[in-house]
Amino acid sequence: MTARPHQVPLRRGPPAIRETPAELYERLVLGRYIIRRLLQAIPVLLGATLLIYAVVFALPGDPIASMYGEKRMDPDIIRIVREQYHLNDPFIVQYWHYISGVFQGDLGTTFAKVPVSEIIAGKFQVTLNLGLTALLMEAVIGVGLGFYAALRRGRAQDTMVLAATLLLISIPTLVTGFVLQLLLGVRLRQGTGIEIFPISGVSDGWRSYLLPAFVLAGTSIAYLTRLTRTSLAETLRADYIRTAVAKGMPRRRVVGRHALRNALIPLVTYLGADLGTLMGGAVITETIFNLPGIGQELFRSVYERQQPVVVGIVTLLVLVYILANLIVDLLYAVLDPRIRYE
Amino acid sequence: MSDPAVSGPAVRVGGGDGGSGTAPRGAAAPRARHARRAKSPGGSPARPSRGAPAGRPASLWSDAWHELRRRPLFVAAAVLIGVILLMAAVPQLFTSVDPYDAASCRLGDARQAPSAAHWFGTDNQGCDTLARTVYGTRNSLLVGLSTTAVTVLVGGLLGLVAGFRGGLPDALLSRVSEVFFAIPSVLGALLILAVFRTGTVWTVMLALAVLAWPMTFRIMRAAVIAARGQDYVVAARALGASGRRIMFRHILPNAVTSVIVVATVNLGVFIAAEAGLSFLGVGIQSPEISWGLMIADARPRFLEAASPLLFPAAFLSLTVLAFIMLGDAVRDALDPKLR
Amino acid sequence: MPPLPAWGAPESEPLLAVEDLHVEFVTRQGTVKAVNGVGYALHPGETLAVLGESGSGKSVTAQAIMGILDTPPARVPKGRIRFRGTDLLGLSEDARSQVRGSRIAMIFQDALSALNPVFTVGSQIAEMFRVHRGMSRRDAERRAVELMDRVRIPGARQRLHDYPHQFSGGMRQRIMIAMAIALDPEVLIADEPTTALDVTVQAQIMELLAELKRESDMGLILITHDLGVVADVADKIVVMYGGRVVENAPVHDLYRAPAHPYTRGLLDSIPRIDRKGRELHAIAGMPPNLLDMPPGCAFAPRCPYRQDDCVTAAPPLHRIGSTRGSACHYWREVLDGSHG
Repeated sequence: MTARPHQVPLRRGPPAIRETPAELYERLVLGRYIIRRLLQAIPVLLGATLLIYAVVFALPGDPIASMYGEKRMDPDIIRIVREQYHLNDPFIVQYWHYISGVFQGDLGTTFAKVPVSEIIAGKFQVTLNLGLTALLMEAVIGVGLGFYAALRRGRAQDTMVLAATLLLISIPTLVTGFVLQLLLGVRLRQGTGIEIFPISGVSDGWRSYLLPAFVLAGTSIAYLTRLTRTSLAETLRADYIRTAVAKGMPRRRVVGRHALRNALIPLVTYLGADLGTLMGGAVITETIFNLPGIGQELFRSVYERQQPVVVGIVTLLVLVYILANLIVDLLYAVLDPRIRYE
Repeated sequence: MSDPAVSGPAVRVGGGDGGSGTAPRGAAAPRARHARRAKSPGGSPARPSRGAPAGRPASLWSDAWHELRRRPLFVAAAVLIGVILLMAAVPQLFTSVDPYDAASCRLGDARQAPSAAHWFGTDNQGCDTLARTVYGTRNSLLVGLSTTAVTVLVGGLLGLVAGFRGGLPDALLSRVSEVFFAIPSVLGALLILAVFRTGTVWTVMLALAVLAWPMTFRIMRAAVIAARGQDYVVAARALGASGRRIMFRHILPNAVTSVIVVATVNLGVFIAAEAGLSFLGVGIQSPEISWGLMIADARPRFLEAASPLLFPAAFLSLTVLAFIMLGDAVRDALDPKLR
Repeated sequence: MPPLPAWGAPESEPLLAVEDLHVEFVTRQGTVKAVNGVGYALHPGETLAVLGESGSGKSVTAQAIMGILDTPPARVPKGRIRFRGTDLLGLSEDARSQVRGSRIAMIFQDALSALNPVFTVGSQIAEMFRVHRGMSRRDAERRAVELMDRVRIPGARQRLHDYPHQFSGGMRQRIMIAMAIALDPEVLIADEPTTALDVTVQAQIMELLAELKRESDMGLILITHDLGVVADVADKIVVMYGGRVVENAPVHDLYRAPAHPYTRGLLDSIPRIDRKGRELHAIAGMPPNLLDMPPGCAFAPRCPYRQDDCVTAAPPLHRIGSTRGSACHYWREVLDGSHG
């Protein structure tokens, strides 16, 4: 029996039967699959945090000294602090202390005794908002443009979309950021007197995210547009599309239902994996637009030698990456009934 | 295309394969060359190719070269890259000012608009933006080329081993690549560069390569696994060819095409990444010249004087564009199916 | 090409008549003339077999009837497809999609790729009723179950919500058939319906088609490259070669005495019990290049009856009696040879 994870309860057979043995089996298989995928993620999480920990360990300078600045410290206090933070232990022991904390949901504390989670939470929210807004823009614009181009394949509009994606891929975030900040944020305000796109900080609520999110999403929008175009064009050539036409289905239904569901499958994979990339790559955008996100925080922590914060941020991002990929895999199976959770 | 079902003693007329296809057999025949190539990039060594001298093993590359030369996208990219390479090698050809000479900057001339004396204007230090932009090309290209070379060598070699050997080496390498894949690349590179304290072309290259090799690894591994299943590789194995011979004569030439396509595109991406890292202050450091550094320097007075920021930004974009266009063109030529 | 000889039942108007149809594909290599003046007619309740090898234009003709050719690259420069007297080629796209699926339906060779992998078979069948008849989901699903029963899918009710990949090849083809007959079409086009199946399953599917046709007055166009499939079920045969009709005849006449060298070659290549011990005959040479058709008879290069005029002048479809036609200058010789 094959897995049919997304069976809508409404469309089941006779209502008398609540759950057939086959469906119960599928539910168990799904649960087992999720658990196995989570277990598989553990080595990746361990490996990635270990790597980051090692890099941070190798950072030059003494964290305690940098914490207290130029002041001369009582050697006894230094010794106590060093012991408290296991700084005298070998690297691998320090890492062990850290990672066992992470698995209990504790990202550690800074050398000034502030919990890392407290420091990161607000910053993470900003980056998450930025990443999700960018992802939304990417999905809407990318899929929209890709559809537009695929349905006009070979015509002038298609070529224009392709040329636009080429430009969008080629212009680095660094450049789009400043150019759009200048054109839309500053020039537009000077021209109209209305501030449509705030260009700095997060004081304007969701509007603050519009321009930075577009800048951050730029390259991804272009890639997704191309992927959508290829995927839909390929799907439209499939035999089952010819069948749908032969069945007398209106064009709207052929494209919007028969082709769409199939064409979406690779797009979902791309989008899901992209959230992590967007959030991890946000540091330049955050710097240009002065957004107090985790990229900025990481940058500062590296220079202030706040190792626990640095490791915490990267650990969180690795977690986002792993979770996003898990969700993608599950969605994949929902969209494509041929996939089994084996 | 001879059809045994027609000429042989069989009941069936034709192959029955293309019976319900939209295009008739006659239309399919001239395209067969493409279709076959799409399936097995590189083609079998025995396949004769149009334009290749008889007797020599036909090469996908001579086919691709014929395709490429006729594509405006490739010609534009090649011309652009030619100019960029020249700029990196002999910047003196493009400007008479030596920006590494401190005497060339006059603070009194800071933030001048473009003029006959300073085509691109001057920056906050009163240095000539054109000269700095031209001289910045070399560092960008060095990072791009060296990072690409290292990732292709390391990722490609490991991918070849993993794909060809399978088993434990494959499992180990794949897990390791997953770990590197999970680390956000900009933040990771930022951390690595912080360890070195001072950024140079080579530390930036190292930081980027450490995080980028898994991509080449994955592509190479997938291509090798796909190539391993091809009929001619199975045939070579059955004929008793040695492992090394199969790997280098049959599998590598086919797998390498997809790596080259990705490497070309990545070259542009690495150049952009260098600019980003230098902009953040962890990449190439002053007094070296880098486009990212120039953008960072111009940033505080950006709204008063945009040209010291916009010109290096434009050069950066054009360079990335050139390599991505090249990658697109090469991919189209090597794999027409993706067009 | 002269008007097609009316054969079959001359008193009745044909249900579907293809007249002097031309279809070409514009490619980068040139214009491929896939169909060059094809004509045939189908009457109610009749089974017409269209026989030919890949590239003979048999499937392209069928796709032109359905109106599912991709235009571009395909185009129909000439010809008429009359369905109950109306030329389908003159209809608007809207009017054509009214006919498509509900009055003229089609089943394809490979049911696995022809069924949408991400929708349940139930919803794909029910869709016919929902879109063409505006039925509710519940009613449409009830009708879908009835249809699945009718094409002999065991446990139809339970399998309604299964996906195409969960069925065997034969069952999938039955689902294709259920979808095609859902709205009681007047014409059913089956494009190599059994090619992708095992021999035993092939027979079952052919039996099912014959049975469904007996139950209604539907006309069936059976496109195939397999002479063996044709003999039992077809009333008439149209043999195509190089985008033209080379011979048409009632099935038994054609088997007894072919009037075209190509048909003759095909029949001679069938192993037969009564000719045991005799050498099987193979047709030498290769199918014509549709990009560059010779001016004369397309079969001439491979023809054992070839004379000089075959290479210069394309033979028209000569009428033989009231029921047959052969596009061969020397059909008499072929016919005589067949008797001998």
